Amino acid sequence: MSSAKLPYSSLRDKKRLIFEGSLDLAQNVDFFLDKIASHKHLNAFIAVSSDCQNQANLIQEKIKNGNAGKLAGAVIAIKDVLSIKNINLTCASKILGDFIPLYTATAVQKLIDEDAIIIGKTNCDEFAMGSSNENSAFGSVLNPLNTEFVPGGSSGGSAAAVAAGLCDVSLGTDTGGSIRQPAAFCGIYGLKPTYSAVSRYGLTAFASSFDSIGPFATNLQDLFDVFDIIKGEDKKDSTSTSNTPVSNEINTKKIKIGIPADIISNDIQPEIRESFENFVLKLEKNGVEIVKISLPNFKYAIAAYYVLTTAEASSNLSRFDGARYGFRSKEVENLSDMFVKSRSEGFGAEVKRRIMLGTYVLSSGYYDAYYTKAQKIRRLIQQDFMNCFKEVDFILTPTTPTTAFKIGEKTENPVEMYLSDIFTTPQNLAGLPALSFPTGADQNNLPIGLQLTSNHFEESKIHNFLNSLTI
Amino acid sequence: MTGILTKYDVVIGLEVHAQLSTNTKIFCGCSAASGSEPNSNICPVCLGHPGTLPVLNKKALEYAVLMGIATQSTINQYSTFARKNYFYPDLPKGYQISQFDLPVCENGFLEISSGHGETKTVRIKRIHLEEDAGKSIHDRGNSTLIDVNRCGVPLIEIVTEPDFSSAFEATDYLMKIRQIVRYLGICDGNMEEGSLRCDANVSLKIKGEERLGTKTELKNMNSFKNVEKAINYEIERQFEILEEGGSISQQTLLWNPDKNEAYPMRSKEDSHDYRYFPDPDLIPVTISNEMLSEIRSMLPELPGAKIKKFTEIYLLPEYDSSVLTQEREIAEFFEEVCKQTLAFKEVSNWMMTEVLKILNEKKITISEFNITPQNFAGLINEIKSGSISGKIAKDVFADMLETGKDAASIIDSKNLKQISDPALIEPVVKSLFDANKQKVNELLEGKEKIFGFFVGQVMKSTSGKANPALVNELIKKELENRKNE
Ligand SMILES: [Zn+2]
Repeated sequence: MSSAKLPYSSLRDKKRLIFEGSLDLAQNVDFFLDKIASHKHLNAFIAVSSDCQNQANLIQEKIKNGNAGKLAGAVIAIKDVLSIKNINLTCASKILGDFIPLYTATAVQKLIDEDAIIIGKTNCDEFAMGSSNENSAFGSVLNPLNTEFVPGGSSGGSAAAVAAGLCDVSLGTDTGGSIRQPAAFCGIYGLKPTYSAVSRYGLTAFASSFDSIGPFATNLQDLFDVFDIIKGEDKKDSTSTSNTPVSNEINTKKIKIGIPADIISNDIQPEIRESFENFVLKLEKNGVEIVKISLPNFKYAIAAYYVLTTAEASSNLSRFDGARYGFRSKEVENLSDMFVKSRSEGFGAEVKRRIMLGTYVLSSGYYDAYYTKAQKIRRLIQQDFMNCFKEVDFILTPTTPTTAFKIGEKTENPVEMYLSDIFTTPQNLAGLPALSFPTGADQNNLPIGLQLTSNHFEESKIHNFLNSLTI
Repeated sequence: MTGILTKYDVVIGLEVHAQLSTNTKIFCGCSAASGSEPNSNICPVCLGHPGTLPVLNKKALEYAVLMGIATQSTINQYSTFARKNYFYPDLPKGYQISQFDLPVCENGFLEISSGHGETKTVRIKRIHLEEDAGKSIHDRGNSTLIDVNRCGVPLIEIVTEPDFSSAFEATDYLMKIRQIVRYLGICDGNMEEGSLRCDANVSLKIKGEERLGTKTELKNMNSFKNVEKAINYEIERQFEILEEGGSISQQTLLWNPDKNEAYPMRSKEDSHDYRYFPDPDLIPVTISNEMLSEIRSMLPELPGAKIKKFTEIYLLPEYDSSVLTQEREIAEFFEEVCKQTLAFKEVSNWMMTEVLKILNEKKITISEFNITPQNFAGLINEIKSGSISGKIAKDVFADMLETGKDAASIIDSKNLKQISDPALIEPVVKSLFDANKQKVNELLEGKEKIFGFFVGQVMKSTSGKANPALVNELIKKELENRKNE
């Protein structure tokens, strides 16, 4: 159902059609706006842009004049944890109230500078904390393929919007799988870039040393056309880098792919295992060498991930205190009352759970037992990956242990919910890029996604490799 | 106090915060100037808006390293920033970016005076970089207002080991720190305005015992006087408690300068667990060897070296040296003047009296002083050459101050050159003697006081320009003549 009604198969195709005069960009934008309206029940958007028709006319003119930017005409939705000047930023939380940012996030500005059209802000889990998009102050997002199921999280709105054809591409953020898991659940492509490859300036921080901004798309070309624009060093983000070499053509017969066999034998939905094994067969037919690898510290990833990300989150979210902007509780007696009530009323349950957890692990007396130990595990996991990449080019795993689950199915059991990130958190711990791509569907027709992980800054190698598979 | 000292050792450590005088803030491009309209030097970064990130101001790092070098500290070529977490309305991010595990400088020391001509070396534990918080303004009706201008102004915190044993030593250290930061040009050192702040940890230890006493922390002492008063107050307070068999509770005390009393902060404000952890938004700070030697080359001559130079090269008494090296600009003015005159002591005398008096009266700095070092040397040289007397020199000085002209041209145009030609003064003396026969007789009879009358009269009729030594000589000579008549 994705882009069935659209007369183009990629953004490059779209730009060509506009240039040739066979596609009217304003009509295309109208088409998306109508579709967003008719799919309101999905709850994918928190806000829709009011001036994108004007932009459409201007950009169409530029395309025809041959002086348009690289992403001219692309209609893009932005996860509402990214700042856009003069547009209410919510982070899907009540606590930001009617906060209006004074500036635009670097990644979004780069899209605008290349003449993309920002169609709206998408729904997500509050402050990007969640795996099902059920933690939003604006309500759950529904999976467009079956509305009884979750779209995944935390970038559920961005994934659902692309999967339902409400925009061409979208931006999400990934701290422990928040792009890859919803991409898998919605049957589309999602890229979590190398940590530092995309500037975080303007991304409301959840866990600063984990957060990555990346694209969702229905095809690989669009995915990487967007990534190529948003990546790069930014003077406003001292942790950003420009180290993204472009890989050459790939000879699949020289490629080695590692499979962490012990991990995949865990409790995985049979259809996913089947899909995984079929894909491995396909790789072998393409001449790829499959190597069994060992990632001995993988099993600690979820624990380390939750210690470190909640620690960082507890500090990152301290600024939301009701004092200077955003939501402030109505009846407060004194300063400390203002902080306590504003934060108690303004944050949702999952966010509060993580703030408390993070505060606890950083407390004096517990710091070494939790934070320091988790940092050690983080280094061990990085080491595990580095050892593997001495031997193999990529690591292949399923993106998720199950396909999309039903709305409400896991909300009572946060630990079970956390375990759905088992294949996606290690890459964030190690700062590695990983891409989720669709490979089929289960018996309920819910999509299955597989994940390719590469060494740092080898995003384009993943791209070229997937493109080079011939069979 | 002497009673205390026979029984206890006083143990004091200081934490000094110095606001760095960089143009921009430590993590954003906003002006770091103070005294602006509230909330005018702000941007999304220092407002702590969601999604903003800190980027380190290299100048602030450079200044911190300069202070490290000036205090003989080890410069850590790899240091990290950490977050100090606490809630306060004027702390926009809910944490202060500071340094914790790995500060930029460690293990320095500074020589101070312990009074009675004794000196002492105080160990500096660490110097770290951090950002200042904003200001809460409480005196506007029912609401508290927040001024974010100060948020992100760079600070260095200089922490000593508990090496001081008196308020005198602590105050001397603080004055030396102030002098150094001003010499380095990294902080204006203004305690009243809070660009230099000092907290003190005070405890008493029973003599001969290993175990330290419980310490209290003193805050809010915004002048050298108050630091001294507050520490002495706290020593006495702890002594009284201990002598009555009580025990000291570990707490933070705020000094009230109006009441000359310290009172405890509410315990809630005092019981922070800051939950320090490495700031993931900032990459570790690395200082290359090149950068380090570049910073080293920026180091000016420091007060200690200047004093040595003033006593050994310019041969000034120690007192003169210490007065003239108080401020770097004064010392440099002196040295500039001395490039053009050899009358070093004369320069020193004039600077310590006339120049410093004018600066004080006009509340100006030496850079705003209307007489250039060249012109000032010119004045001194006119005095030394006998071209003008000390008395006339004061008038010339006043004129120079007003017009900015050089001494020679003032002396010339006002015809102030000293008369040293006996042929010009002799007739004046002779006619004076003729006109005052009675007084001449009194003088001949031995009334020495009359001598002054004749000197005065000669000076008067030459408009003060006659060379006084010559006048004396000629009067004596004429007196001899009259005696023999
Ligand atoms: Zn600023």
